[in-house]
Amino acid sequence: MPRTSSSAAAMALDGSSAQSKKLSVAPAAKESAAALDRVIHERIRLGIVSALAANEHVTFNDLKKLLNTTDGNLSVHARKLEEAGYVQCNKSFEGRMPKTEYRLTEDGRKALTRYLDHMEALIQAARGGSL
Amino acid sequence: MAVSPNPVVNLQDHALDNLRYIRETMERSGQFTAVPGWGGVAMGVTAVAASYLAAIQQTPRLWLDVWFVEVLVAALVGLVAVWQKSKSLSERHLAPFRKFLLSFAPALVAGAVLTLVLYRAADYALLPGMWLLMYGAAVVSGGTFSVRVVPAMGVCFIVLGTVALFAPAGWSNALLGAGFGGLHIVFGFWIARKFGG
Repeated sequence: MPRTSSSAAAMALDGSSAQSKKLSVAPAAKESAAALDRVIHERIRLGIVSALAANEHVTFNDLKKLLNTTDGNLSVHARKLEEAGYVQCNKSFEGRMPKTEYRLTEDGRKALTRYLDHMEALIQAARGGSL
Repeated sequence: MAVSPNPVVNLQDHALDNLRYIRETMERSGQFTAVPGWGGVAMGVTAVAASYLAAIQQTPRLWLDVWFVEVLVAALVGLVAVWQKSKSLSERHLAPFRKFLLSFAPALVAGAVLTLVLYRAADYALLPGMWLLMYGAAVVSGGTFSVRVVPAMGVCFIVLGTVALFAPAGWSNALLGAGFGGLHIVFGFWIARKFGG
């Protein structure tokens, strides 16, 4: 990861090579961008999916703290992910306290993998041009 | 970098930033779960058995042997549990486990050295309190990167260790059982139920 970002920085600083790269990079980058999954591209939703990929299940309150967001914002984004079939929501009671728990579905895991591949392809495309 | 006029390079920066965000979110959320709950329960059960066996030994040397075997058994159980838990998560997500083990180890090494010193001085009475104290210190520092329940367990160990150092020698097996057995089982259940395993 550090290597990637330093080469990215080097490229951005080296204006002339960035110019010459533009032509060869653009098609690949555009293709990836076009196929980008808008559902998980948004920051909060990407955060939810990432947290769920690392944990079997995460509660609404833990997600709220982790992503540093509000009840309303989190529930809107979680709903979007639910509608897309990427996460599953489970409501229960712990004593008298309602507890909402989320877990990632198989589709959600695939979507994150695809998204990671897209991001890596974008970086590879730009890096490939610099060689 | 942000001022670069080239949109292609910006797209790439954006991709890098997204990957970094995903990794950081995974790591931060995963800290909740690096400590194995069920593993703690299993370690606690072996410690309860050990405290019973240790209490019926006739000589201090045999008593020490029982606890020595228990340390090996519990360490094995703990390592397998940490490994199992890290395996159940994504590969992109090993940093919390490394952090936990690295911050956990120093106090344990110090405890091992002190055990050797007290053993050579034949001062067995100080061992139980010192063990509980050092293990508590290890858990508190290991738990710095974890959920609050982990350092809280460490503090309980430190309290028990302090009690053991001032209490009559006859209490030592019960306190060891309460610490390595009771605390592991209670907090293990708690962690397993709240933080997934």
